[in-house]
Amino acid sequence: MAVLAKLDAGSPAARRGWSDLTIRNAFIIPTIAFLIIFNIFPLIYSLGFSFTEYRASLNRPAVFVGLANYRDLLSDPDIWRNFTITAKYVIISVGGQMLVGFGLALLLNRTFPFKGLITTLLLLPMMLSMAVVGLFWRLLWDPSWGPINYALGLGKFEWLSHPTNALFAVAITDIWMWSPFVMLLSLAGLSAVPQHLYEAAAIDRAGTWYTFRRITLPLVAPLLLIALIFRTMEAFKTFDLPFIMSAQSVETVAITLYQMAFQSWDTGRASALAYIVLIVVVCITNIYVKYLNRLRER
Amino acid sequence: MANIALKGVTKRFGNLTALKDLDLEITDGEFFVLLGRTGAGKTTTLRMIAGLEEPTSGQIFIDGQDVGDWGVAERDVALVLQQYSLYPRYTVRENLAFPLKSPIRRLDAATIAQQVERAAKTLRIDHLLDRKVDKLSGGEMQRVSIGRAIVRNPRVFLMDEPLSALDAKLREALRTELKNLQVNLGATFLFVTHDQVEAMSMADHIGVLNEGQLVQTGTPHEVYNHPLNTFVAQSVGSPPMNLLAGKLDKGKALIAEAGLAMPCRAAPAQANAGSSLVFGVRPEDISLEADAPGEARIYDIENHGVEKILTMRAGETTFAATVAANSQVAIDETVRFAWNPDKIVFFDGETGNNLQAG
Repeated sequence: MAVLAKLDAGSPAARRGWSDLTIRNAFIIPTIAFLIIFNIFPLIYSLGFSFTEYRASLNRPAVFVGLANYRDLLSDPDIWRNFTITAKYVIISVGGQMLVGFGLALLLNRTFPFKGLITTLLLLPMMLSMAVVGLFWRLLWDPSWGPINYALGLGKFEWLSHPTNALFAVAITDIWMWSPFVMLLSLAGLSAVPQHLYEAAAIDRAGTWYTFRRITLPLVAPLLLIALIFRTMEAFKTFDLPFIMSAQSVETVAITLYQMAFQSWDTGRASALAYIVLIVVVCITNIYVKYLNRLRER
Repeated sequence: MANIALKGVTKRFGNLTALKDLDLEITDGEFFVLLGRTGAGKTTTLRMIAGLEEPTSGQIFIDGQDVGDWGVAERDVALVLQQYSLYPRYTVRENLAFPLKSPIRRLDAATIAQQVERAAKTLRIDHLLDRKVDKLSGGEMQRVSIGRAIVRNPRVFLMDEPLSALDAKLREALRTELKNLQVNLGATFLFVTHDQVEAMSMADHIGVLNEGQLVQTGTPHEVYNHPLNTFVAQSVGSPPMNLLAGKLDKGKALIAEAGLAMPCRAAPAQANAGSSLVFGVRPEDISLEADAPGEARIYDIENHGVEKILTMRAGETTFAATVAANSQVAIDETVRFAWNPDKIVFFDGETGNNLQAG
């Protein structure tokens, strides 16, 4: 006790007479201030804009129009088309990432020479800048001299200028880039399955597939679901890759939003669309989180 | 059910030799306990029989068939581990049904349900069937784990220290239950433990392992009364056999360090007068008597209720004696004691081997 008191008296905080509460506030208040200024305030401010007719490029006050922006957007077939494209993109890209990522994790979940090096190399795509990845994959997909057409013997197959093909091309690029993320989470899950469970299953005469389905999968499922949540959220608001690779052909919601907000300067409408996207993403995430909690309760 | 035989089995992990030239025979329907300290190679033996490890050399037979290139599933053995190895997130019922649901067996749902019920009844866990295994106590988990072994009528039951993680009371209860279960099933059990009480109380035959070598096999009675060497003598019995170094002199055991000269039975031929010997005597063969030949000071008293275990000192030597609980003794008291001369075991002073063995 005496030692503790002496140490306390000697510490700088104690000399200045800082209480625990002061120290706590010193850490928390800047964070909260930062959050309010850069996150919460813009969120509320843009919610206000979404109910107005307003252009940020013109020096005119915003005119309150009620729910008109939302009504227009939700009855606009183009916006629905954007959402459909985005949904397709999310399904292809996230589905591919889950399959490839989990598959890689299954392959890596054993001991073999150079395992650490190979794992690190596989993680590289994830560490690159989206813009850089977009730029060099645009070259890879190039119809006249891109190595992909050459390797597949597709001649001058149009990838990025054709809407459907471009969707696949961008999704494949996204799969290449983000499968390692799913792999990393899956590996963490797989290595947490105790070896003795596999031995017990072998003793119980369970086959490979049966063991995988009844032991591996249920134990890794929560982590897979977390990977799924992250990747769905990201894919839904994906902007960088389609923007750099093929902004004309892949019209995801985020691209449309960008065009509406910063090319047409239709700030009020864009705010409303941003809110619709936000609500959709929150809804999807909530479904996942509910399911995740159910898994955890089991 | 089946018998098991190991012939010249050696297992090396890198430079470490876990088992050396092991020969072992377990007959059909017997409860065989492999006793040894940590690292003696007990678990390795078990895992090799189960097929989870491959022997470096030697053969393993189940029912007379060499199972060297059989997979784990083909051997059809059951393994119960210390850490239970229950499948998490599933209920007790699902855990018990797991081995039966495996596609290899092709059992219909009604048969599975019936077999699960029967196993659960045998182990008195039928009230827990719908509970998740994470919500069970240690003893319940171990019962489920044993249950998962018995639902499927395996050829052999292998048990790797299944009781070590349980508290003392439960361990005693399950010990009795396991033995009863084995008798009722008429099954072949190979049970591995470091606990000599478990070995003595359950086994039909005990095998004592030391550093990868089988030192002695025999009934608990044989192992207890005729240990082949000083290692076995110290491995079984609680407290273990007292080992006192000395010499024979005119038919008496001369223990110089303790300053004792005790009567003893006719020595075996190999024990020449003058050669160095180790006299083995069980604590219960030592008794306190007023006019007895030995003298010692009482160093410590452990009261076990049914008996008292005395630690006694004579000269530089310490040894244990078990006496009746109503004996009036006090620490530091000097007492006279005798031993039962007919029960003395003679070991070679150099090798530690029992001179009357074989």
